Amino acid sequence: MKRVYPKEEVCMACRLCEIACIVEHSEYKDIFWAFRSEKPRQLPKTKVEELGPLSFSANCRHCKEPACIEACITGALYRTDEEHPVLIDKDRCVACWMCIMACPYGSINRDERNGTRHSTKCDLCPDKEIPACVKACPNRALIYEER
Amino acid sequence: MAVGDTRSSNFFDFIVDRDTERCIECLVCIQQCPYDANIHRTVEPKGVVSDFAKCTGCHRCEAICPTGCITIRRNPSQFREHDIWTDWHIKNLYKQTATGGVLLTGSGNDYEYPIYWDHILLDACQVTNPSIDPLREPMELRTYLGSKPDKLEFEEKEGKIELKTELAPQLVLEVPVLFSAMSYGAINLNLCEALARTAEAMGTLYNTGEGGLHKRLYRYGKNTIVQVASGRFGVDIDYLSVAAAAEIKIGQGAKPGIGGHLPGEKVGEDVSKTRMIPIGTDALSPAPQHDIYSIEDLKQLIFAIKEATNYEKPVSVKIAAVHNSAAIASGIVRAGADIVAIDGFRGGTGAAPTMIRNNVGIPIELALASVDQRLRDEGIRSHASIIAAGGFRNSADVVKAIALGADAVYIATPALIAVGCTMCQKCYTGKCPWGITTNDPYLAKRLNPDIATEQLINLLRAWSREIKEFMGAMGINAIESLRGNRERLRGVNLTERELGILGIKHAGESW
Repeated sequence: MKRVYPKEEVCMACRLCEIACIVEHSEYKDIFWAFRSEKPRQLPKTKVEELGPLSFSANCRHCKEPACIEACITGALYRTDEEHPVLIDKDRCVACWMCIMACPYGSINRDERNGTRHSTKCDLCPDKEIPACVKACPNRALIYEER
Repeated sequence: MAVGDTRSSNFFDFIVDRDTERCIECLVCIQQCPYDANIHRTVEPKGVVSDFAKCTGCHRCEAICPTGCITIRRNPSQFREHDIWTDWHIKNLYKQTATGGVLLTGSGNDYEYPIYWDHILLDACQVTNPSIDPLREPMELRTYLGSKPDKLEFEEKEGKIELKTELAPQLVLEVPVLFSAMSYGAINLNLCEALARTAEAMGTLYNTGEGGLHKRLYRYGKNTIVQVASGRFGVDIDYLSVAAAAEIKIGQGAKPGIGGHLPGEKVGEDVSKTRMIPIGTDALSPAPQHDIYSIEDLKQLIFAIKEATNYEKPVSVKIAAVHNSAAIASGIVRAGADIVAIDGFRGGTGAAPTMIRNNVGIPIELALASVDQRLRDEGIRSHASIIAAGGFRNSADVVKAIALGADAVYIATPALIAVGCTMCQKCYTGKCPWGITTNDPYLAKRLNPDIATEQLINLLRAWSREIKEFMGAMGINAIESLRGNRERLRGVNLTERELGILGIKHAGESW
């Protein structure tokens, strides 16, 4: 399946991928709505990790054998088959954070807004041909391809 | 800024106009500004604000803002009108009196001198000779640089006619535009690589400048001109052998008579290895080449390089366009150079004293015309090719230069603009926000060599298409037929003397 691959050598840590992710997952997919009106604001599902000049957007790898699904005690994390992304059913998540512990890439985050608690992760933008983060990257530091 | 001097902080050049209605406080403008001109206020009044005094007018934040909420504007504040004491002169004096230093700048001469290209018009065919449609008929841009023989001799060997004359080594260009010298150190490796890849893809050459050749770029050797400059950085036998040609740099159009200075902070491990100097030391290029104090010395160096490279590679000599360029060029050709590169006073630079950049040298148009004429008069024009450099802005300038007598042109500023440069002229700070003239690994990553290569290829492709259109209109199907063909040029708004030096007729004059 196609995945989003970061290219560390040209990632300049501008975080436009995070912004695009927030907009894409907001109710109206509109940047002003997403940042100024929607309460609470969406959380970015990809995060730029930075250490000095080293940086990259840490996206979910949608692993062949996902450690997160293995670790999930309620079956909230699932995938239909290897050709589909790893997704999360928020209603089944009990916020034990075992997926976060298990993920070797640090690609799953906590969502504790509004008093609800569950994990959140990249869904590869089901409404889009190219994920929003990839499209937003001004330096082609995110590549969406089959490898 | 000196203590007690608020002039440089308050008389700022640019205003960062931020539409707070549109600002989503994503902070990308703060992250992208290497001069810390944008600030995130976390105490009341909260929000993103800007320190206008730090803005260099590079437009990076404006370009990257996801909501387009930023506009960089000139600060409209003006001193009382004065034709002599303009804001520019006044502010320069303020800067100098605060520091006591030489005013520095980057890029090319920004003073208002006449641009002769804009006073020269090209010819086109009508009725008496047909124009050619470049989309339907072949157009030849191929150019050979190097010394040409005065005559060809043939001999018959076993019934076959063979060439007896030994030809001097030639560089083959598929488009008569080369990338001029920009050294690794002044620009970063990402851009060097993009230039090299473009040269390879388009069948032309790029010039390493005086900063040596990084090992990673050795594979582009066939498309590389290596420079031997006064600092001798990175020059060894491998460097000379891997390249297609070597260029002895005597002068640079932006700062004739002045050497270079790469500050020690920019000399990291890779630059140190490539330049062959210790890490952290200033890379100082002396003003003269210390073994060239006469034309005879130049001849020795030309032949030392030819000897070292087995007489297989052309040797170029680059000079700045100055008052006696024509006589100097004649000496250079007689000293054995295969190519003479002349860099006009509008040529760019990574760093130069502002006053030198704006006041020393002469326009390339006049220098080129006079050099070409002098070499023709002396009967030695064919002994060397001429590359014109310094201030070429578009394909029309290139066509006019070739008609004035250049074999090819060097471009650099258009290449930088192609990859993002907005001409803020702060290259010398080493903090280029576009990742061009910086080696800071944090900033250099902004220049993705893949994207830059595409942009540079598009630049050369667009220009070569336009050059073919010009040629077609003139009924010329090979660039060779245009070279030095000043009959196809006419001047407008030029004095008799200027027309005389350019060797062209005034518009309205016909045969």
